[in-house]
Amino acid sequence: MWKWLHSYADPERAYKLAGTLLPWFSALAIGFIGVGSIWGLLFAPVDYQQGDSYRIIFIHVPAASMSMSAYMAMATSAFIGLVWQIKSADWAAAAIAPIGAVVTFIALITGATWGKPMWGTWWVWDARLTSELVLLFLYLGVISLYASFEDKVLAARAAGILAIVGVINIPIIKYSVEWWNSLHQPATIKITEKSSMAMEMLMPLLINILGFGLMIGAITLVRFRAEILARNGMRPWVRELATAEGVK
Amino acid sequence: MQFDSLADFFNMGGYAFYVWLAYGVTFFSLGTLVIVSLRQKRKILTEIAKKIQREERLKANRSN
Repeated sequence: MWKWLHSYADPERAYKLAGTLLPWFSALAIGFIGVGSIWGLLFAPVDYQQGDSYRIIFIHVPAASMSMSAYMAMATSAFIGLVWQIKSADWAAAAIAPIGAVVTFIALITGATWGKPMWGTWWVWDARLTSELVLLFLYLGVISLYASFEDKVLAARAAGILAIVGVINIPIIKYSVEWWNSLHQPATIKITEKSSMAMEMLMPLLINILGFGLMIGAITLVRFRAEILARNGMRPWVRELATAEGVK
Repeated sequence: MQFDSLADFFNMGGYAFYVWLAYGVTFFSLGTLVIVSLRQKRKILTEIAKKIQREERLKANRSN
């Protein structure tokens, strides 16, 4: 039934499919992040306790939640690559890693600039902040492992194992605010019960979370396509593309 | 609209530095990531094209 999916493991078809999907992801990402950020900055009501400083939430929460989702996507791809030996999955994992690192960096920086006015400090070594910092190091570890082998099949295996082992950090980040005392507030958005946030604030936040997801998808497609070309330099279709577009 | 004027908006209720630092770093790093990612394709294709040219040059010289 799902057999048709397998044909997209072929590099050329994967490259073309990624190219077809890219404009949709890009346009939707720009649209959602544009609407969400302008709504959040200009139209969402002022917080009665935090004043306008809380407007950082509209990028902090999307970056933080997507830093974890991107990690899961990367680890899943790495797992598929390791178990079923599908190279396209390895390349997808390698494409996600730098994006995840940047998004995690954004989550940490926006958290610090929100922490300073509200907690009185840029940084504390508590569970939520430290585990998110560990996530950044995991991403950097995956990137450097993948970069340090000339043989990319070996490189993907090494980086993939690190990515899979690092999944242990994801529940630690997620539940850190419940398991340990933390300066960080617990989750505002709840799926099973009513969220502890007014609708006028929640809407732009959800739009930006979706927008960040789409943006990660779009940049992943760009990097995935480049990775396919780099790994298939000997294939006739890539050589044709290179002679047509390469040297100018 | 939550703000009375443009100056009021930029002031962010006194939290201008923190809010604009957060948004600035975010959009700057995302912009850099997008530009770097978009440039990869051309760079890789140029490398492959140079390799093909080199191979062809070698092939041409072999027959001399």
